[in-house]
Amino acid sequence: MILIWVAIALAIGVPVALAATSEQLAWRGPVYILAGFAGIVALGLVLVQPLLIGGYLPPLSAYRGRRAHHWIGGALVLAVVIHVAGLWITSPPDMIDALTYASPTPFSPFGVTAMWAIFIVALLASLRRRLELRPRTWRFIHMPLAIVIVVGSVVHCLLIEGTMETMSKVALCVLVLAATAKVMIDLQVWRKRRTLRGESGARQ
Amino acid sequence: MTMVVLNRRNLLVAGGSVLTTGVLATSMPGLLLPARAEGVAPTESMSGGANNYRKGAAVVDRIGKGGFWMSGTVRRAGDGVPLAGQRIQIWAHTVEGQEHEPQSHGATLTDKDGKFRLEMPQIIPIFGQPHGHLAYDSGEFKTVFLRPVMRSAKETSLEAHFVLQPA
Repeated sequence: MILIWVAIALAIGVPVALAATSEQLAWRGPVYILAGFAGIVALGLVLVQPLLIGGYLPPLSAYRGRRAHHWIGGALVLAVVIHVAGLWITSPPDMIDALTYASPTPFSPFGVTAMWAIFIVALLASLRRRLELRPRTWRFIHMPLAIVIVVGSVVHCLLIEGTMETMSKVALCVLVLAATAKVMIDLQVWRKRRTLRGESGARQ
Repeated sequence: MTMVVLNRRNLLVAGGSVLTTGVLATSMPGLLLPARAEGVAPTESMSGGANNYRKGAAVVDRIGKGGFWMSGTVRRAGDGVPLAGQRIQIWAHTVEGQEHEPQSHGATLTDKDGKFRLEMPQIIPIFGQPHGHLAYDSGEFKTVFLRPVMRSAKETSLEAHFVLQPA
């Protein structure tokens, strides 16, 4: 039980710590540095999300895991906003190019697409009750967007030459992909059925 | 066989593929050097090339303390004749300043062979790629903004080549 928490702390903590020792930081302003680390933290949160919803983090119950998933989702939005806003302040024309899909950097469209997917999921999640989305409908919307977020974030991160140390960056990206694949397989998100885990208890 | 390949490449360039022009002009300038019958195609501005441009950077012997070399050529579209005395403006995020800051900008003139070479501080990665910016923006020819990317952040030089067409 403690092992998984230690593993998560290392998976996120080591890349952050190594990035903090990057010589690139010496040539960057505080806003740019903050924006960069917000991006790394965001990727770390993308790792935590599938683990929470898959119930892999004892002693959190399925209910508490789900609550935490919602809060971390909000934190992810905040991290992405800080990332984008910080980069905008650092170099407005480069950020505008990225947001309008006109950037010369190959990683930008992946990051921007993942950003929109995160915003859409967060918005729909906050309106889920008001829109009276059924669990099945919600899953139908959330799963493709979750894949866009995960793949977009990982490709975005891997193609960037920045403060992150290569090995720890690749390791974090692999873990994000693995955690996402595992939860999707375990919860059988693609199977057509009415009930799933938490809901099954209520209906039986 | 080689002739055929060269012809195709030049045709591609003449066809107006921005990407091909950029890649060929940046990485294989030799391919474009001989003035062939089809003519030398003008260089198109690269996307993002004009970012953080400050119009009218002064001609300098060196930008800051130097240590990194930006070089390239300037030629005329069509006949490929080298253009002497052309002002090329250069800027980048370096160890001495960010892209938009005045001390990161400078300009130089091409020699009689259309070549230019300016020492500047080491370029470092910004926005995920180690890259420089160059501009021809003097009016006689059409303005061109280039944004070459270094293969590695450890490199200490970078090249960019201009083929200009009349404004």
